[in-house]
Amino acid sequence: MIKSNETAPKRPLSQRFIRSLKKHWQYYILLLPALAYFLVFCYGPMYGAQIAFRNFNARGGITGSPWVGLAHFTRFFNSPYFLKLIRNTLTISLYSLVAGFPFPIILALSLNELKNQKFKKFAQTVTYAPYFISVVVMCGMLISFMSPSTGIINKAVTSLGFEPISFLTREEMFPSIYVWSGIWQGTGWGSVIYFAALSSVDPQLIEAATLDGATRWQKIWYINLPTLMPTIVIMLIMNCGNLLSVGYEKTYLLQNSLNLETSEVISTYVYKVGLVSAQYSYSTAIGLFNSVVNMLMLILVNTFSRRVSETSLW
Amino acid sequence: MANSAVQAKHRQRLTKDDVVFNTFNYILIFLFVAVTLYPLVYVVSASISEPTKVNSGQMWLWPVGFTTIGYEKVFKDPDIWRGYANTIYYTVFGTIINLAFTLPCAYALTKRTLPFKTLINFLILFTMFFSGGLIPLYMLVNNLKLLDTVWAVVLPTAVSAYNVIITRTFMETSIPGGLEEAAEIDGCSPFGVFFRIVLPLSSPIIAVMALFYGVGHWNSYFNEMIFLSDHAKYPLQVILRELIIITQISGGDGATISNTEAKTAAEMQQLAGVIKYSVMIVSTLPIIVVYPFLQRFFVKGVMIGSIKG
Repeated sequence: MIKSNETAPKRPLSQRFIRSLKKHWQYYILLLPALAYFLVFCYGPMYGAQIAFRNFNARGGITGSPWVGLAHFTRFFNSPYFLKLIRNTLTISLYSLVAGFPFPIILALSLNELKNQKFKKFAQTVTYAPYFISVVVMCGMLISFMSPSTGIINKAVTSLGFEPISFLTREEMFPSIYVWSGIWQGTGWGSVIYFAALSSVDPQLIEAATLDGATRWQKIWYINLPTLMPTIVIMLIMNCGNLLSVGYEKTYLLQNSLNLETSEVISTYVYKVGLVSAQYSYSTAIGLFNSVVNMLMLILVNTFSRRVSETSLW
Repeated sequence: MANSAVQAKHRQRLTKDDVVFNTFNYILIFLFVAVTLYPLVYVVSASISEPTKVNSGQMWLWPVGFTTIGYEKVFKDPDIWRGYANTIYYTVFGTIINLAFTLPCAYALTKRTLPFKTLINFLILFTMFFSGGLIPLYMLVNNLKLLDTVWAVVLPTAVSAYNVIITRTFMETSIPGGLEEAAEIDGCSPFGVFFRIVLPLSSPIIAVMALFYGVGHWNSYFNEMIFLSDHAKYPLQVILRELIIITQISGGDGATISNTEAKTAAEMQQLAGVIKYSVMIVSTLPIIVVYPFLQRFFVKGVMIGSIKG
């Protein structure tokens, strides 16, 4: 109990609590639908994830199925898939991060230097557009463009005198296809956040630099880029928190039996083991392992960043 | 007057450095635009070109041999129409649910004095970084007997924590606190303040949220694929997946078209390609049409989001 010897004697905590509830009950009603959603559809599955430590059967349900501890985790760590899945997932996400991270920054810096407002608007409209194309259409485009017999890319390849390449069935090409199509789709939209951050550049600073004879390059390098630094760090932290999560949506659509060696990632494997072959407990364990690693990674990178650059998510 | 004219003149004078820089910058932006635009233009052109010209590579930028046969085939397909109707239903209904859940929650969280506010905030934020996973979610939806109903489509994605934060930030920064206080002093209840003052002043963020959520519903396929098994309930994206992904990967390019029409297999295959391009355009059309007008709203959403990082 909190002791307070200043002002008038306070009512007991329970009474104050009830009064406060009375005063605020309407706000709780406003909160209720969303809160119920989070409890049921976000925390419900977290509660259900305990089947990762059990042998789930329909009769026992979530709490009644026999407890097996870490058996499913050790089975996963010892399975031949473990290393392959980690390798594929990390390859794709690191490749995305390294290759894709600079583009939105470059685009934002470049757009920011455009003086012609109409052209700037046009360039923004065009480069943001791919973000709104659905994954299914995006993958349909990729498959059509890369078709060995009719795809435009292979028409270009053959017109240069080479044999047509069956891109999607060559396992070594899968990461590149995934990553570069993602860059095509995400660069414009990714630049919005940097572009917004650039509006906070102090115009006086730019003017002073101009008077001192700074070139455009120097102004970008010494003023604009440092302004973006906090945003860049935040985006890096977020990306590191997602290193072990390559989404199943796009991967699943681009997968086929011939590129599976490099295209099977943790999320698609969880889906197949869990929903296609109905091994609920085992696949929940894999998913849980994935979530926990992501979470740890985020905490680690965030702590590191807070120490080093004083920028952090929390 | 004279002074500003001098200034303007001074500003207009481009140094050699400026000229070199601008040239380089325009080339760079032009490259970005061209690379982005090319696949889009290609799909549009391919959807209205002679199938043989597309498949042989003669059509590589602008339409060659105009035809609308792809679109005719698409519009004859009852699956597409039904998928379209389902998608519209899920998008409209889903977005209404999204807004009805997100807006009140965001408003309540702007109240600094609300007991347990920190705890509630944490509970919501935590869901951005941790989840129970796909299988437990599936089991939950199954246990709630929602499989194969519209609820399985709209409820599991009813609120996004990120969108709650954006909305809350907007309400905190753009609605003058004095206005709410004044209404409260005049005897307006929190409900009254929310419905009569906060909501009308939040129309920009409501637009942003409706668009974020709406596009999400329109483009989503995975949840629908696993939660719905009745073919008649499939939204457009799931139908599209069958049409443009599965047939192509399995190698049977002409599989979706019936063989009853007297045509050779080769012609079928030619046609299948054009149908795919047409179907891509048809399914993306609503977004293409509204996108240029609403782009600034989308951008605004990201900008509000970036305030809080």
